Amino acid sequence: MSEFTRREILTAFLGLPFALAACRSNSADDFPDGEIVGANVDVGHILRENRNVEVSENNWENARVAIVGGGVAGLSAAWKFQKENFDDFILLELENKIGGTAQSGKNDFIGYPWGAHYLPVPFQENTELISLLDEMNLTEGKNQNGEIVVKEQFLCREPEERVFYKGRWYEGLYLNVGASDEDKRQLGEFQKQVDFWVNWRDPKGKRAFVLPVANCSTDAEVTDLDKISFTDWLKQKGFTSERLLWYCDYACRDDYGLRLEQTSAWAGLFYFCSRVRKSGDESQSFITFPEGNGRFVNFLHEKVRDKTRLKTIALEIVPNETGVDVIYLNTETNEIRGLRCKKTIFAAPIFTTKYLIRDFRQNTPDFFQEFEHNAWFVANLFLKDRPKSQFTKDFPLAWDNVIYESPSLGYVNATHQKGIDYGQTVFTYYFPMCDGKGRAKLFGLGWKELADICLTDLSLAHKDIRELAERIDIMRWGHAMISPRPNFIWSGAREKAQKPFRHIHFAHSDLSGIALFEEAFFHGIRAAKETLRANLQG
Amino acid sequence: MNRTPLLFLNVFVIATCGLIYELVAGTLSSYVLGDSVTQFSLIIGIYLFAMGVGSWLSGFIEKNIAEKFVDIELAVAVIGGFSAPLLFFSFANLSFFSIVLYGMVFIIGTLVGLEIPLLMRILKDELDFKDLVSRVLSLDYIGALAASLLFPLFLVPKLGLTRTSLLFGMLNAVVGIWATWLLEPLIRKNVNFLRVKGFVIILLLFAAFIKADKLTSLAEDALFTDDIIYAKSSPYQRIVVTKGKTGYALFLNGNLQFNSFDEYRYHEALVHPAFAAFGANPKRVLVLGGGDGLAIREVLKYPSVENVTLVDLDPMMTELSNNLPAIANLNKNALADKRVSVINNDAYVWLDNAETEPFDVAIVDFPDPNNFALGKLYTTRFYNLLKTKLKPDSAIVIQCTSPLIARNSYWCIIKTLESAGFHVKPYQTTVPSFGVWGYALAKLEPFETPKKPPGNIELKFLNDNSFASMFEFSTDTSLPKDEEIEINRLDNQALVRYYEAEWRRFE
Repeated sequence: MSEFTRREILTAFLGLPFALAACRSNSADDFPDGEIVGANVDVGHILRENRNVEVSENNWENARVAIVGGGVAGLSAAWKFQKENFDDFILLELENKIGGTAQSGKNDFIGYPWGAHYLPVPFQENTELISLLDEMNLTEGKNQNGEIVVKEQFLCREPEERVFYKGRWYEGLYLNVGASDEDKRQLGEFQKQVDFWVNWRDPKGKRAFVLPVANCSTDAEVTDLDKISFTDWLKQKGFTSERLLWYCDYACRDDYGLRLEQTSAWAGLFYFCSRVRKSGDESQSFITFPEGNGRFVNFLHEKVRDKTRLKTIALEIVPNETGVDVIYLNTETNEIRGLRCKKTIFAAPIFTTKYLIRDFRQNTPDFFQEFEHNAWFVANLFLKDRPKSQFTKDFPLAWDNVIYESPSLGYVNATHQKGIDYGQTVFTYYFPMCDGKGRAKLFGLGWKELADICLTDLSLAHKDIRELAERIDIMRWGHAMISPRPNFIWSGAREKAQKPFRHIHFAHSDLSGIALFEEAFFHGIRAAKETLRANLQG
Repeated sequence: MNRTPLLFLNVFVIATCGLIYELVAGTLSSYVLGDSVTQFSLIIGIYLFAMGVGSWLSGFIEKNIAEKFVDIELAVAVIGGFSAPLLFFSFANLSFFSIVLYGMVFIIGTLVGLEIPLLMRILKDELDFKDLVSRVLSLDYIGALAASLLFPLFLVPKLGLTRTSLLFGMLNAVVGIWATWLLEPLIRKNVNFLRVKGFVIILLLFAAFIKADKLTSLAEDALFTDDIIYAKSSPYQRIVVTKGKTGYALFLNGNLQFNSFDEYRYHEALVHPAFAAFGANPKRVLVLGGGDGLAIREVLKYPSVENVTLVDLDPMMTELSNNLPAIANLNKNALADKRVSVINNDAYVWLDNAETEPFDVAIVDFPDPNNFALGKLYTTRFYNLLKTKLKPDSAIVIQCTSPLIARNSYWCIIKTLESAGFHVKPYQTTVPSFGVWGYALAKLEPFETPKKPPGNIELKFLNDNSFASMFEFSTDTSLPKDEEIEINRLDNQALVRYYEAEWRRFE
């Protein structure tokens, strides 16, 4: 289906050495079953058509609030409504599955993520999020400092991470093996920089980096970091250690889908500082499940199941004097229906506002243009057994398994958290398309090319991966994450975009500039509170 | 040159070799199938009968006797020489091992039976019949004596079965090659071809002799000084059973699990304190790990026990414990007992999912925590899961590695149990194969340290004195005062790190 050769494709995604190695072996024909899954590309096209449709009179219904988008933000808003005993709302989700980028799948053996797959234990101040964890029965009280204690079985089990470098696996993400004294000195120096920002407080006592972003200090000393790239910041501070730069680059690709030089220094430091309570502490532990953050969205969905409509794509959102009309298409029945609402929570990615909100179609506010997203693909490999260790003393399979030389993020092992250490499993493989044309590149390829990229990449570390994989399903995320490039997070655009537009309230992690569960949750709760307040007043 | 004395030397060697193969087969089969009386009688019977068959067949050989003799020597060299490695291999890999065993004994016997008659016919022109019979037969019996003395005193202890059979295969081949010179005038056809064949065979046997460790176990290193009678990899581990002077030993991934000569010490110490702590009439017993069935042997000594659930990861291990006579005899066929049900699953996964009545006594007997997959079986989470299968008065025991060699590891397990809400009585004993070994006796309610083993149970090791002394710790094994010992959790796996650091000193 592609006009490029196999070698060209593999070179474009993985680099020349991978491509040459793959083309030397005759592995091109060993393919398991599998398919592209997830939202139909056509559904996305419907969105872009800017349809102006009429709804027949008997297809209208009333709801006080419509929530557009069933990702973490929309579901969190719905959960908040339900907690506040407000039930006159309807949530519309275009996919046949809830959760957005936190969605998950499951076979008869185990669940597995399709995107986000962990949540760091929140600080005690994040009370709203903690109340969700309590409700999910994930916690068991508080420690003497007042921080929540998460039950052991939900905290990422050791070994958490390993990295594959020159033929062997090593513990951890930072490559310790072969580190020179200078490498170690720079790592220590970097740690000091992190400690500095962890301890830093502005005159009002606010932290520089904390989740959610809304609680971060707006002091120029810290927000100025947003004006340069992480690369430039590292250079300014004299960091040259290759493995340290790799480590920081990996962090940016992992959390933002961006390379070091594309990421704002503020966002880069946010990654390292926002999850450390105080200097010297370890980063907050990760809460995780086989199905990743699918556990959270499924829980939230369960709470509001009767208010949720799947396979319903909003076509147009029309604010008026007294409220908002939401026109949507049921993609199963092809029926067009309308919701007459007092308020709408717009919980879809911000780039879709220009297609959906009538007023924005002609006249999109400038600041919305500043929201840029990047593309990813995620593959789930269904393995009949685990890859064999090539050395008896090789570091064993961990939760997160990263290949140093690869542009992918490696894979996560679904059975890890269940304590299942033998036999079949599912590996979830993540590939961020960091460059600007990533989306076009990604959608130019079909299942076979993407599966080939994934297998070629993994076969560097696992020679037997092609024999073990019985199936590979692939999800292409055209707009997986908001990109915290320099001069975005503190440019003022987010602040403006957060303001309600007439009766539309916005809620999405995009509004934080950082695609994290905590951010989406925060905006969902915030928007729910705003509408509830308005409803009480009105 | 008078070649007759040299030919008599051949008779001696042939006789020695022949008996060695017989002894190898008999010993090997009694190792792997147990019941040495039956095995030796069967092997000797089949072997002697086959020799008779061979002697009878020699009557059909009319021409080229010298060549045939050399060929037979070389055939014995190959089949006899490779008999031990081949038999070990087929025991581990074939279901019809006894057919291979007896078939091989029969073939070797037949070939050996051909040798002496043919040699006598070659020598008949050089000696009186009277002298011939007397010398050949007397040397034959001397050879047998030499073999039967060498075999137990030198060969088995020093070389092991595999190398012994390979060595005598080489001797047989030497005899064959040597005969091509001694009997050169009698050999009509291509002598050099016979010699090349002979040298190739010697080379093969020699290569196998050098690589004997690899042959029996395919990848075992020199770790095993004793004969490997069973070696096979399951999806979970490498299982090796050896037989040596002290008895049978089981190794999982190269780590000793028991040696038959002192395992009763380990298993009595493992099982009976928990029963002593539980009190009257334990009925339901859970055994986690311990697929060798030896702990269950001890458990089944209690007449009140109605139900034993064994959860062991590896079906190959539990089947072996039931089917390999060496182990099944040792565990008194515990796994075949009606009261015992075997579940092959990871104990962590089983505890997480199984719905079952609570148990009175739980015996936790996992391999030492030398990797993360095993480390999770010693975490607070694991003990919390185990709690859900217990009653308030249930007693549990956990094998906890050596408090002498891995002191922090031992106390880490004790602290982890305590942090999971158990009241713990640490104890230790000495098992020569292992050294000083540690256990933890625990209950969910406070309890007194039991003073003596339960009455009316037949015990080889524990008496009132040895029982009470187990709960005393010496200075070098007690809780380290100067170190803060971490609790082992899924999200830190502190134990695996302690264990690696402590045992690495001995690698």
